[in-house]
Amino acid sequence: MTIEERSNIDIIQEKDNNIIGEPYETVYQKPGTLIDVDMHYCPGCYHSLVHKLLMEIIEEMDIQEQTIGVAPVGCSVFAYDYMDIDMQQAAHGRAAAVATGIKRLLPDKYVFTYQGDGDLAAIGIAETIHAINRGENILIVFINNAVYGMTSGQMAPTTLTGMQTTTSPAGRDTNIHGHPIKISELVAPLPGAFYVTRQAVNNANGVRRTKKALQNAFNYQRLKKGTCLVEIVGNCPSNWKMTPIECTGFVEEQMMKTFPVGDIKLPKAEDLKNLKEA
Amino acid sequence: MEQQTIAASVKERKVKGKVEINIQKCKGCELCTLACKEGVLSVSNHINLKGYRYIVANNDLCTGCVNCALVCPDAVISVYRTPLKKKSADKSIGKEE
Amino acid sequence: MTETKLMKGNEALAEAAILAGCDAYFGYPITPQSEVLEYLAREMPVRGGVVLQAESEVASINMVYGAAGAGFRAMTSSSSPGISLMQECISYMAGAELPCLVVNVNRAGPGLGTIQPGQGDYFQSVKGGGHGDYKLIVLAPSSVQEMADHVFLGFDLADKYRNPVLLLSDGAIGQMMEKVQFHAYQPPRVDKSSWATIGKPKTRSRNYITSLFIQPEQMEQHNQKLEAKFRLMRENEVRFEEMNTTDAEYLFVAYGLSARICQKAMDISRAKGIKVGLLRPITLFPYPSKRLAELAPQLKLVLSVELNSGQMVEDVRLAVNGKVPVEFYGRMGGMMPTPESIAEHLETLIKYHHDN
Repeated sequence: MTIEERSNIDIIQEKDNNIIGEPYETVYQKPGTLIDVDMHYCPGCYHSLVHKLLMEIIEEMDIQEQTIGVAPVGCSVFAYDYMDIDMQQAAHGRAAAVATGIKRLLPDKYVFTYQGDGDLAAIGIAETIHAINRGENILIVFINNAVYGMTSGQMAPTTLTGMQTTTSPAGRDTNIHGHPIKISELVAPLPGAFYVTRQAVNNANGVRRTKKALQNAFNYQRLKKGTCLVEIVGNCPSNWKMTPIECTGFVEEQMMKTFPVGDIKLPKAEDLKNLKEA
Repeated sequence: MEQQTIAASVKERKVKGKVEINIQKCKGCELCTLACKEGVLSVSNHINLKGYRYIVANNDLCTGCVNCALVCPDAVISVYRTPLKKKSADKSIGKEE
Repeated sequence: MTETKLMKGNEALAEAAILAGCDAYFGYPITPQSEVLEYLAREMPVRGGVVLQAESEVASINMVYGAAGAGFRAMTSSSSPGISLMQECISYMAGAELPCLVVNVNRAGPGLGTIQPGQGDYFQSVKGGGHGDYKLIVLAPSSVQEMADHVFLGFDLADKYRNPVLLLSDGAIGQMMEKVQFHAYQPPRVDKSSWATIGKPKTRSRNYITSLFIQPEQMEQHNQKLEAKFRLMRENEVRFEEMNTTDAEYLFVAYGLSARICQKAMDISRAKGIKVGLLRPITLFPYPSKRLAELAPQLKLVLSVELNSGQMVEDVRLAVNGKVPVEFYGRMGGMMPTPESIAEHLETLIKYHHDN
């Protein structure tokens, strides 16, 4: 096994007989708003994938100048090294409060938080629920991979029943550790919640739907009619001790059983009436 | 992903695609190989400077459907397509048999 | 604006916040300082500024973090238990170099304690109640007038050093009513565009607020940068008041409420021919150690008077560095020492130290 030093892509592509001879048109490229550095995420981690989607949206909507992100402690605490927008790093669990402070002072900017399940559903659940209850006009991007990733695999509030983690070595026992918390279903009834959806990115169509959901959420923020929560079923190859490909199966067969994917709360039609002008 | 012969798969296709992979940034997670329906992508027997077995593409089979780029967590894949206009369609492969 | 009003300490503080150009106040109810939130909840919607009652002190200080990180003048206030809840974020703000004003209307503790005044949060305030090496400029008002003045000063110092400033008051000064004037004030022009997160224009690279430096070399570099700031604070921002120290052989050292009581005790002792003066630290950090060291040679005894079990007394001892005996007298639980009891205690100490 030799080490390939070259990064020049053309040399490596084995064959490309452009039979037709027409010039190629670019269909997809890394968004410019995603900073061109190696991301520290483990191979196959959905964090970097969602970072990519967010930065695609910000580039396509051309709102790099209008957007402020908040990333609290968790694997994604380094998000500001990868997202070419103004960002604030927040204490563990406090992103929703920090975002409230920003949005209240900059009501016409897009503000989003990017939180893991430990951050949002455990230590930060009060801030999360109250920000939503106040209807803060922010987007909460919630990556639910059922473990604390950064600290290497402890049980989280969304750890599945029976799921082994470093702090539920015999599997999560609901009598001792309670049941996985379904945040989206929990907060959807709050009047302040404007748009709540759960998506997954374990296959191409899921990625398309997730991007559409995030796109909606950014647009809805202009309406100033409440909080958007986009829960994304994540993965954790390292701590689930699975290959990225095996993770896609685990997400499909296990995670989605407890965390069904789909829209949980959609804005009413009349609320979206003036979306164009907003 | 057995190697499809070029003639068979190219015959019915209307669009010719191509992908480019930034192999030094690729982490060899292989999610793109799962997403690609045309068998374009496979794991190389060589490793990049980070020690990952990066992905290589056989672009003859590529339709430019973007699935691989969608699922790539690290945005290392760029996708290109040859726009088959009406005029050039006559000399398209379909007419060759 | 030199009209004189009669106001409660807490309300004078709130009015000063508006006049000082406070953009945002986030708070939570807790006796004895809920009037600050109530006053601003009435006034700010009319006169401008964001006011929001949060779900906890943890949330309110983190909202301050967000607003301050976006370049706005942000403030919160609470009382002892609430300030304990805010410590983590205060450490974050010192680490991330965010200016803000935090007000602690100290009540007697520990634990739930009581709603009566106390000064038991001295150590928490000056030695750092949160994690890691950081300092706050700590201002200690001893009148309703200073409750107002220290808001303007606090915001300016916070911006000057890009560091949180703590205003350490207490339940009595917060609740008492006194005359107060609000002097004309212009906030200094401070350019925050190099770090405030308002949305990245094409003309600059992205701003980000963080206190995370995962590489130890970077972290230590950052620590040293912060320490340089704290040295500057020590050099430039010491404030105190002195009374009757020129001929003083004995010295009361007291801040806030205790300093008020000591003035009366000083008069009583002076009437008996005891030459005692008073040094009232206005900044608890940076502490007036240099001045105390200068006064030490002429003194036979120093008495630190506090509403706690004896905390500032340690800093007085550090300041005089053994040159003169330093004693402590104080009450706890919200009990306040009478001037007579302080004067009496001074006499017994003089006799005791005279005899041995």
